[in-house]
Amino acid sequence: MNKKVSTTEEQVKIRQETKQIFKRFGKKRGNLMPILQKVQGKLGYLPQEAMLEIADFLEIPGIDVYSVITFYNQFRLNPPGRHSIRVCLGTACHMKGGYITLDAWKRRLDIDRGETTPDREFDLDSVACVGCCVMAPVTVVDGKPQGKVEPTKVDGLLLAFEHEQEKKSKNENG
Amino acid sequence: MKMADLSTITSAFQEIKNRAESHWRALYDSGKPVIMVGTATCGRAAGALEVLKAIRGELKRQNLNCPVIEVGCMGHCYAEPVVIISKPGYPSICYGHINPVITERLVKEFILGDNPCFEFVLGALEENDLVPSFSDFPRAKYEKRVILKNCGHIDPTEIDHYIAKGGYSALVKALQMQPEQIIEEVKRSGLRGRGGAGFPTGQKWEVCRRAVGEPKYVICNGDEGDPGAFMDRAILESDPHSVIEGMIIAGYAIGARYGYIYIRAEYPLAVERVQVALRQARKLNLLGNHILGGDFNFDIRLFQGSGAFVCGEATALVACIEGKPGIPRPRPPRMATRGLFAKPTAVNNVKTLAFVPQIINNGTDCFAGTGTEQSKGTAVFALAGKVVNTGLVEVPMGTTLRQIIFDVGSGIPGGKRFKAVQIGGPSGGCLPEAALDLPIDFDSLTNAGAMMGSGGMVVLDEDDCMVEIARYFLEFTQRESCGKCTFCRLGTKQMLEILNDITQGRGKIDDIGMLSQLAEDVKAGSLCGLGQSAPNPVLTTLRYFRDEYEAHIKEGRCPALMCQDLVAYYIVPEKCERSCDACVGTCTVEAISANKKRIKVVDQEKCVKCGTCLDACPPQYNAVVKLSPPSEVPGSE
Repeated sequence: MNKKVSTTEEQVKIRQETKQIFKRFGKKRGNLMPILQKVQGKLGYLPQEAMLEIADFLEIPGIDVYSVITFYNQFRLNPPGRHSIRVCLGTACHMKGGYITLDAWKRRLDIDRGETTPDREFDLDSVACVGCCVMAPVTVVDGKPQGKVEPTKVDGLLLAFEHEQEKKSKNENG
Repeated sequence: MKMADLSTITSAFQEIKNRAESHWRALYDSGKPVIMVGTATCGRAAGALEVLKAIRGELKRQNLNCPVIEVGCMGHCYAEPVVIISKPGYPSICYGHINPVITERLVKEFILGDNPCFEFVLGALEENDLVPSFSDFPRAKYEKRVILKNCGHIDPTEIDHYIAKGGYSALVKALQMQPEQIIEEVKRSGLRGRGGAGFPTGQKWEVCRRAVGEPKYVICNGDEGDPGAFMDRAILESDPHSVIEGMIIAGYAIGARYGYIYIRAEYPLAVERVQVALRQARKLNLLGNHILGGDFNFDIRLFQGSGAFVCGEATALVACIEGKPGIPRPRPPRMATRGLFAKPTAVNNVKTLAFVPQIINNGTDCFAGTGTEQSKGTAVFALAGKVVNTGLVEVPMGTTLRQIIFDVGSGIPGGKRFKAVQIGGPSGGCLPEAALDLPIDFDSLTNAGAMMGSGGMVVLDEDDCMVEIARYFLEFTQRESCGKCTFCRLGTKQMLEILNDITQGRGKIDDIGMLSQLAEDVKAGSLCGLGQSAPNPVLTTLRYFRDEYEAHIKEGRCPALMCQDLVAYYIVPEKCERSCDACVGTCTVEAISANKKRIKVVDQEKCVKCGTCLDACPPQYNAVVKLSPPSEVPGSE
């Protein structure tokens, strides 16, 4: 495999952190999914350097790692934002206007599904169903399911983030 | 098994059981009120964790030392967050729609005082003379809780609670039987796989037991991918040990050494709770080597999926555990002869496994005594969508749709008219009012063009467009198709494009014929259940709601006023109140402004059709209306 030698600090760090995770696993192909999940859990996404390290460790072609990553919805190729927004588009959420909620998030954050805002503050994606159908339409904000998120609540949630930000910068400044 | 083993097993378990029972009794023996808070995912979405914090805080402020325990989901999801208070001298009372403010009152007035706060009561768990109990609810007449009986009443992170309620006694009983006897019992009970296809479980186990190859595996399929279904999540979060016990029994029956519980990535809380449960079972030697001192070895690993609907298909699920993309393969060879790592494997749904301890404990007749001729036992449905009492229900097979939706679910909210019920997710179909008296079982649903699927039931009312729901499901299956079979990969894509055209006002009259043709081809030309059933939502809506397709195509009109491209929001000038600005303030894109007469007007160019203005307009004016086709708006071209 064509190994990319990198010198930048970030890439070295990625490789180190990826290798740390191998300690808990054997070199079985069956460990690929759990390893990918752990690496993504640590780094927030699966950069090329991590993929190459994993392929090396399991002694499988890099393309096999890539094909698994791109097959499953949960794996990300891009760095995440500080806050994750997941709009549920399950049946109940869809029928109660989940797509309208998604539109509202897109409009407010000015990004599309699967993207991260340029300041890496928010990333936006949809999710098939989080199983809280009775609270439809649901948006999972930073891992916490929020029920009945309609366009006005989108604004409310964003306002809460803004407040927090302001508070933080106030505290930092004195 | 040797006789010596048998007495070891029973005495080992007796010790565990005694300890568990005294642990459970200690909770109530203290004479203090016991407070239970439902903190499954649905409860959390409604704010259960805040309620939990508020209760603990208030108890501390009042210097009270009552046990507060977290329980799972009772199934009354419409009333989340729910809290159960068991105070000596009172029945156990369940409160609904709780928030931190109500919490404070409950502590001050009921726990400290003696006012049970009737205004927040949902129902009592047992019959009494003080407050109405759940058994007085109309739904009690139909409900029969078998695998949901512990859900919401025990702490899922405490194995002792499960054991005190009779848990793991089926395992002890099973370990004293011959594996063949267990398989025979399960066969006689008539248990069919609850994952949707309804394959007889005993038969599956028998083939697996006889198959050659070691080690054998048991897999619990918790890849509940159907959007709109959440019963597997609720069971894994609320009563994980019932599934684990079922798996150990299955492992013993087929002679397996290992088991895997596969849980989809979207259910992090279920993953966490199952992990805890596995650890506890191992600690008590209910899992691992020489279970309870006998000679049966069995261990379970948890495997977390990564988001692929197709992995609900057994061959794809196995590929996923093997570390490959979840692409199904042709059958035969069946999983039972050649499954995980090419070894004999029994793949069973969460609910199927949860039924196993019940069958072993209560005998086959008890299970086979409920249900219909061909479908025995009870079925769990997740009731969601446009229905008053959303939540989980467990009813005997053969209960009619009308009873579930109107008696258990209390009908449609807001006085709207029932239109259809979507059963079985993307593989199922939409059944109209005429099908409401259909007794539900595996076969009746298939005949009607739908499918039991995993039991998701989404109720649709007059505001839901049937073309749009068909389009939605096809968009889902099209995206989730693994791409192996041409008809599934390309056929669903073509069907989706036609449906997109229809819902956006570009439909042609021969589209309907083309859709039916493609639907048949995709069904015939696909290898796995995903492709074979993907056209079902389109076929059933075409069969029962053809007129809606025709209205979209011929008139550019969406009868349910749902398809965004075919509707417009309009403020009726005669109804608009000059002094009211409610809609202007809520419009998220500033598309509403007031004209010279202070009458509000929607700028159709700017409007994104989110409907916020319709909700904001005070009911006494009711000035905002939805019109379809958009050319109905006065003054438009």
